[in-house]
Amino acid sequence: MAQAVEGRTPSGPAGFRAIYERYSPLLVPVLAVFTALVLGALMIGLTGGDWLAAYIGLWQGSFGSPRAIADTVVRSTPFIICGLGVALGFKAGLFNIGAEGQLYAGAVCVVVVGTVLQLPPVLHIPLGIIAGALGGAAWAAIAGILKARTGAHEVINTIMLNYIAIRLTDWLIKSKTPYILGDPADASGARTRFIADSARMPGIPVGDTTMLHLGILIAVALVFLADWFLKRTTVGFELRTAGVNANAARYAGISVPRTIVLAMALSGMMAGIAGAGEVMGVRYALNADFFSGLGFDAIAVALLARTNPIGILFAGLLWGGLLTGARLMQVRAGLSIDVIKIVQALIIMFVAADQIVRFIYRIPQRRAGEETMISKGWGGG
Amino acid sequence: MTQNGQDRPVVLEARGITKRFPGVIANDKVSLTLRKGEVLALLGENGAGKSTLMNILYGLYHQDEGEILVNGEPIRASSPHDSIQRGIGMVHQHFQLVPVMTVAENVILGNEVTRGGAILDLRRAAEQIRTISRQYGLEVDPEALVADLDVGAQQRVEIIKALYRNADILILDEPTAVLTPQEADDLVRVMRTLTSQGKSLIFITHKLREVLEVADRIVVLRSGRVVGETTPAQASEASLAAMMVGRSVLLQVEKDAAHPGAPVLEVRGLCVRDDRRLMAVNGVDLEVRAGEILGIAGVQGNGQTELVQALTGLRVPEAGVVRIAGQDTTGATPRRISELGVAHIPEDRQRDGVVTSYQITDNAVLELYYLEPFARGIVRDDAAITRHAEQLVKQFDVRTPSVHVPASSLSGGNQQKLIVAREFTRDLKLLIAAQPTRGIDVGSIEFIHNQIIRKRDEGVAVLVVSAELDEILALSDRIAVMYHGRIVATVQNGELTREQLGLLMAGAGTAQQ
Ligand SMILES: Nc1ncnc2c1ncn2[C@@H]1O[C@H](COP(=O)(O)OP(=O)(O)OP(=O)(O)O)[C@@H](O)[C@H]1O
Ligand SMILES: [Mg+2]
Repeated sequence: MAQAVEGRTPSGPAGFRAIYERYSPLLVPVLAVFTALVLGALMIGLTGGDWLAAYIGLWQGSFGSPRAIADTVVRSTPFIICGLGVALGFKAGLFNIGAEGQLYAGAVCVVVVGTVLQLPPVLHIPLGIIAGALGGAAWAAIAGILKARTGAHEVINTIMLNYIAIRLTDWLIKSKTPYILGDPADASGARTRFIADSARMPGIPVGDTTMLHLGILIAVALVFLADWFLKRTTVGFELRTAGVNANAARYAGISVPRTIVLAMALSGMMAGIAGAGEVMGVRYALNADFFSGLGFDAIAVALLARTNPIGILFAGLLWGGLLTGARLMQVRAGLSIDVIKIVQALIIMFVAADQIVRFIYRIPQRRAGEETMISKGWGGG
Repeated sequence: MTQNGQDRPVVLEARGITKRFPGVIANDKVSLTLRKGEVLALLGENGAGKSTLMNILYGLYHQDEGEILVNGEPIRASSPHDSIQRGIGMVHQHFQLVPVMTVAENVILGNEVTRGGAILDLRRAAEQIRTISRQYGLEVDPEALVADLDVGAQQRVEIIKALYRNADILILDEPTAVLTPQEADDLVRVMRTLTSQGKSLIFITHKLREVLEVADRIVVLRSGRVVGETTPAQASEASLAAMMVGRSVLLQVEKDAAHPGAPVLEVRGLCVRDDRRLMAVNGVDLEVRAGEILGIAGVQGNGQTELVQALTGLRVPEAGVVRIAGQDTTGATPRRISELGVAHIPEDRQRDGVVTSYQITDNAVLELYYLEPFARGIVRDDAAITRHAEQLVKQFDVRTPSVHVPASSLSGGNQQKLIVAREFTRDLKLLIAAQPTRGIDVGSIEFIHNQIIRKRDEGVAVLVVSAELDEILALSDRIAVMYHGRIVATVQNGELTREQLGLLMAGAGTAQQ
């Protein structure tokens, strides 16, 4: 029951109102994070932990030192890029749950390009990224084509494609007769061969374990590129229009099936680039359980940012920061890392069910015009 | 029915209601009373503030100033839920039903009848709905799916929904805009039954004839203020129009004889299936020449919708040929047809014609966004788009504080005017206008009709589809009557009387074939 409910903006000086109008979309996500942290503290306190020590550890471990910041940035990079991909899908009214599979599809292509070819770095690195992008795009496009041609729901198809991608990667790595991507030199047989030095991303070493690699620059560039693409290009307009009103899009002469395929491909492309960054910048090889849910966290990041590309930059950093800081929190307060997972889950719950936050803080409804199409992917057909 | 019921109790009163939106005062110290058992008609131009006032009375919006009294008692900040408790129901300008649910499910939504507190008792709900149907003459099948109902039936569901919640005061916001004349007559009968049983109604419409027929009192709004109150006995269509617009309005457009040129639209043996795979258009032949207006008359639901969709590329025809400007466009894409110089005013504006969450700017270039000067390559030129939108808004008098507000903040009629503006200012060979003046005030109808005739005189071929026989008679050079998916007669305007056309529309012509 979508009732046209007005936005009750506070009256007051014009300046205040303008600021409120501009920043009101930030209100719910920020308060959701705040509320989740408060609840997290309560939970720690009630179970006899020292919540203050825990949160100080969390802060110091994530943003408290140059090394911590570098760790956070590296950890956040794939969340940002992959979150952008999920957001592009949402903008076109598509719920891409398949980022996880698309990460693997991209990463496998990167490993192939990185291990088979011998090239100078100026060629090898871009080629690796392109390979990842194409791998992810192609994998996601399958779900896009199925939806455009037959109307099959992308949620179901991307979940299935996740299973296929993960199992397929597993086999490619673990197969020993013959070895396909697996490394004969590795006794455990759980990873691929290392990629050539020329395919590894350059970076600045921070401390002795962290390499602040090129990926974050790519992520920031993609954030602004995605923002520009959605707002300022005709193709972005087509994508958004197909997302909010497919009938009007058809009326406007936009080919909705083509737009669906394109949006899925772009979404998967981002995931593929994120996968490339992880392989080429962090581990230089691919494990079977490499991404362990990164593609699902990316959905959370996209939701937290309300699918706004600039917002995803910050949401991604927050996500990476929480996970990075969790280690020091664990040491300082003797808590399980799972506490952070719970806080993250609470954040997502509050963002998705923003009515709760609006109720707690008495925030008026958004206007019709502000609606993001987050929940639309489920609306059958 | 025109007894002046001064002695009857006041059931609803608004005192000095003011409501501001950013940049507009939608209601400016409006006062209004509604007495028991009367029909109060609310008239006013598009954007005069009628829907806003009704939404305030219903509790959906909150006034900035003023107070509302129900049965003499002032009420504080309220919500639709409170209003329903107080016996106020509303049927919105744009329906609020859930299409995938049945009539009964829609009616009880939010007010579920349960057995043992948790199990829906749809059977009992259906029983109650049937009782209400019989009592007020609102015919509808409780088990039918809302998506399968025509607009008239959907509207009856909305009314039943309000009555089911024991509404004594019923607000009807432009209920007849989407109805066929027959359905509108039925609604008028329903309204009489309702008032005779003690219900009080506020009725908004742009059709002055209906106002004179059904209202007990008439209140006119202009730019958010009450500018007059009258009764049908003291008023005429012309006087009401003048009160609304503030000047005299020509209720009949003037036009010279047409000078038809070469055929622009040629349709041969067209067959089109509807969503249920039934043959909605069944062997239609048509021709529209440059410089003439062909009006398609017909009761809604006789294939006009599917015909227009097939001509504009939104539906692939089953058989037959469509040629536009000499090119075969049978089954062509909407984009290709549009690029041949075909503009389309769609009948369902909120479904096809505007993206309500987009600003006026984006809506102003909805199908031109990729063309110069609005884009260079794939990069949009926001400045050019804004300039274009500002020009449309000015030229067609779309009432809005800025072009940078979402289309959802426009009044219903102003959304329609925006679509008309967008379609008329394109480079045109063929104009296909379905219900072009639906929900538009009399002053703007005059303006839009004049624009259509000017397009004709510039050599554009015009196809008008309208459920309003008056509109067809006012505009058309030739009239084609559509019945059960076929064109049953094509005549020069003037050859047949209103009554004869009405008979053909009702299927009288088919017996002779
Ligand atoms: N939610 C909103 N936000 C901003 N402005 C609004 C909103 N709703 C209405 N308005 C403005 O208030 C004015 C009155 O609108 P309203 O919908 O009440 O007109 P109306 O009399 O019902 O017109 P119509 O006959 O076209 O339906 C218009 O100028 C409109 O732009
Ligand atoms: Mg209105």
